[in-house]
Amino acid sequence: MGGKSDIRLIDENGIRIDGRRRDEMRPVRIEAGVLKRADGSAYLEWGDNKVIAAVYGPREVHPKHLQETNRAIVQYYYAMAPFSVDDRKRPGPDRRSTEISKISAEALENVIFVEQFPRTTIDVYVTVLQASAGTRCAALTAASVAVADAGIPMRDLVAACAAGKVEDQVVLDLVKEEDNFGQADMPIAIVPKTGEIVLMQMDGHMTLDEIDEAMDMAIKACYDIYEIQKEALWKKYERLAEEEVV
Amino acid sequence: MAEEEAYVDKREESGGAEGSSSRIREIVLPGELVGEGLRAGMGTYREGSKVYASQVGIKSVRAGYVNVIPINGRYMPKVGDQVIGIITDVGPTYWMVDINSPYPAPLHVNEVPWKVEFGDTAKYLNIGDTVLVTVSNVDEVKHVQVSMLTQGQRRLNTGFLVEVTPSKVPRMIGKGGSMISMLKNLTHCRMFVGQNGRIWIDGEPDAMVVAAEAVGLIEREAHAFGLTERVKEFLESRMAELSSSAKESDGGEDGGR
Repeated sequence: MGGKSDIRLIDENGIRIDGRRRDEMRPVRIEAGVLKRADGSAYLEWGDNKVIAAVYGPREVHPKHLQETNRAIVQYYYAMAPFSVDDRKRPGPDRRSTEISKISAEALENVIFVEQFPRTTIDVYVTVLQASAGTRCAALTAASVAVADAGIPMRDLVAACAAGKVEDQVVLDLVKEEDNFGQADMPIAIVPKTGEIVLMQMDGHMTLDEIDEAMDMAIKACYDIYEIQKEALWKKYERLAEEEVV
Repeated sequence: MAEEEAYVDKREESGGAEGSSSRIREIVLPGELVGEGLRAGMGTYREGSKVYASQVGIKSVRAGYVNVIPINGRYMPKVGDQVIGIITDVGPTYWMVDINSPYPAPLHVNEVPWKVEFGDTAKYLNIGDTVLVTVSNVDEVKHVQVSMLTQGQRRLNTGFLVEVTPSKVPRMIGKGGSMISMLKNLTHCRMFVGQNGRIWIDGEPDAMVVAAEAVGLIEREAHAFGLTERVKEFLESRMAELSSSAKESDGGEDGGR
């Protein structure tokens, strides 16, 4: 955000740097249950973003003082692989990933029936293998599929998508260049069944009208993401929906 | 054993009551509407009169309840469950037992069939030992206690364990124990299925392998119709292979003498 460049991010025909229109999302592909050792897992490709999520639990909390006597806690570990960006990302938690972990955990806590599992933790590990803007949305989208895959009771999945402002226009799902040189980026996560917003942040500046437009765009996209998430779970379990003539 | 019934083919029932000729096992996802005006059973939650699934599972409606039988998930201890535990720690008056759930369970010296002197706990059970126990108490914050005072509960000294997803345990047992007794009869193994998804198998080495393979087959195809028949075929062919190869080797030895 805020950087300057000579590249035209949106051309005179309204086509963006990667050939999309203003309200077009990058292609998303999700696969559920990719890891054998984890209780639940998912792999997601969102344009050039590649994310893998693993869920363990509910299980005992260590260290003990973190445990809550009346509900499960959700521990979310967002991490970027050292090779996920152009300059090597120094491994280990930093300010940014700690923040993303916190807000994503809170988003998931809203849909998981945490009160069914007192004194336990649900651990969600998400690693960004390749990043190209919008990784927190990609991570949360993958994580919620992994939580469902782990058989953890939840009200609904969480779907996330970002919208922002580039060259004075509101656009959906920014890519790396747009994120770096654009004017604003606003990730949103919703609970599709109720339309509740469980995560919303903004970086940069937009007018109120622009925020309204961006929100509408992002929320609409979340419902498309939701369909892809359900598709991924379906694909893993459809063979069980066997039909037989009795 | 209500769950057990939910699992097992509902042939007689649907055939008789509705006269339907085919059924589909319906997979539902969290947040999916599974019923209206029905009572919310396992794996579901209610909002107003609408019932939604809370887990990935198979929908089943019976007796006014809508259930979602989960495909994955951890074991949640219930009072009265017979489970297979592994000792993880020894204290002066108790043992800690891992019962494959998020909660470790203490087994107090008063809850075992032996008279244990204070501090002598390790003489009876030690870390790594496998025990057959009953869940005797679970409170609202899920403090679990287990006991070995019920008949038949003991340390398992021989054989080995296999683990399956706890939600598939009813299928392992079958209606009225049909699946597990067939496994036992055809493999001549001693077996016990713990509610926590741990299965103990003991018998002839080759037969134990066959039994474990059959358990794997049941777990993979837990939701298929006509599973009992398929498992029976599998067991019969594998056991036939075993006995024929055993005869061959016997014959070879006889000839040498």
